[in-house]
Amino acid sequence: MIAGSNLEKVINSGNFVVTGELGPPKSSEITQLKHHAEEMKNHVDAYNITDNQTAIVRTSSIACGSTLIQMGLEPIIQITVRDRNRICIQSDVLGAHALGMKNILCLAGDHQSFGNEPGSKGVYDIDSMQLLKGLKDMRDENRFMGGDELEAPISYYLGAVENPFADPFEYRVDRLEKKINAGASFIQTQCIFDLDRFEKWMELVRERGLHKKAAIMGGVTPIKSLGAARYMKNNVSGITIPDELIDRLKGAEKKKVEGLNICIETIQRLQEIEGVAGVHIMAIAWEEIVPEIVERSGLYPRPKV
Amino acid sequence: MIIAERKPLEEIAAMAAPYKKICVLGCNTCVGICMAGGEKEAAETASLLRIHRNKENQEGEVDVFSIERQCEVEFIDEVLERLQGYDLIVSLACGVGVQSMIEHVPTLRVVPGLNTTSMGYPTEQGVWAERCLGCGDCVLHMPMGICPITRCAKSILNGPCGGSAEGKCELGDDIDCAWQLIHDRLSSFSRLSDLTEIQPPKDWSTSHHGGPRTTVREDVRIDRGE
Repeated sequence: MIAGSNLEKVINSGNFVVTGELGPPKSSEITQLKHHAEEMKNHVDAYNITDNQTAIVRTSSIACGSTLIQMGLEPIIQITVRDRNRICIQSDVLGAHALGMKNILCLAGDHQSFGNEPGSKGVYDIDSMQLLKGLKDMRDENRFMGGDELEAPISYYLGAVENPFADPFEYRVDRLEKKINAGASFIQTQCIFDLDRFEKWMELVRERGLHKKAAIMGGVTPIKSLGAARYMKNNVSGITIPDELIDRLKGAEKKKVEGLNICIETIQRLQEIEGVAGVHIMAIAWEEIVPEIVERSGLYPRPKV
Repeated sequence: MIIAERKPLEEIAAMAAPYKKICVLGCNTCVGICMAGGEKEAAETASLLRIHRNKENQEGEVDVFSIERQCEVEFIDEVLERLQGYDLIVSLACGVGVQSMIEHVPTLRVVPGLNTTSMGYPTEQGVWAERCLGCGDCVLHMPMGICPITRCAKSILNGPCGGSAEGKCELGDDIDCAWQLIHDRLSSFSRLSDLTEIQPPKDWSTSHHGGPRTTVREDVRIDRGE
């Protein structure tokens, strides 16, 4: 056991782990976020809290994480390297730990030009790999990235993201291995719509035995409408949606029902793929559907570990 | 070389509006080669400025000439007297040239006629690509000659990020993913295993982040005034 978070315990127990996602609002009014957290609290093992996702200014991930802890729930703090240099990131990690946060997900972040402050200066002092390695060394070697020692030990469970749908495809597994070597204990993938490609990727993952070195969690997103699918296909970086899936939605009478079915089928298939340790459900703007998804996927009740 | 492009005429005209005796000063080296601020572009800018000022009923005159490099004192000295007669110099040099002019001749009023964009080279006629950020600690050996600091929008040293698709950057199809290029180049030399090693955080203190940089070479300095 590294940090003793619920996420880590469920993963170690061998149960198929389920995480949800909460996107902080473009205001400091977080009642809605708390409401969504409450809604899915019996259905997820932990909640990702995004860090100014798609480079849009929102309440900070750590502030919302602190609220979740007060509610007795478990956050996974997302940290991007877009907006903070290594001084600020390490300081925030110390602060998050002081507030009781035990899971950190390291990522690069969408480029600032996509968001609502396109004229801002991107930081990118370090990259996501260096962030992982730096935080691992803080935890395991008790030293900051600059070499100075921490005055007291720190502990957290580290995760990373990987996108099996990005290019170059063959390099995606090398990069996953690199992230695991850098310190990732769990991996959440980009939303899976192209299961064939994901399965091909998992084959390569298994060939290297990487699924035994880190918990690989498949990312899913329920599609609410044809417009949402098209938007994601064309506008969200790193997401690919096969035409067959668009056609299936197009042909469906009730798009919402079909989108939900697709998501549940995906999770069911994920449970059958060797080496997939869990699912990360990103139902942004459709949070209330998460309990139904989890139940219909056969993942309810969640284990008490 | 240094790449620049001319500011919109309206912006130049607005800066020049309060002045009567104006000189558009071209710079014939980098920005001459990239067709932004050389002799020809200076003449064209002066003509456009004259037409604009005529239309606006602004009095005065707009002259034009060029020097070899506004960033070198020797070339400024050659036209020193001529420059003194103007209320305003619209410099068609890069940002370096503008500053070198006022540092050498503090009495001059100089405004920039160009936006300095980058250090790079032309990849085809009319297209100039950025290739160096001047970080002060060249890493080009590692990615075999393709700079991830400059060419990756996130300056990632352990790329590519999850936004790389079909060889293009998440910022748009007109930008190549630097890490796809690096990957392909390493692959063609059977050196993909080079990517296994985790590249440590970069020491940015050699870049602008360490403060404005001055390069001192004691071995070539000349002792003055002794």
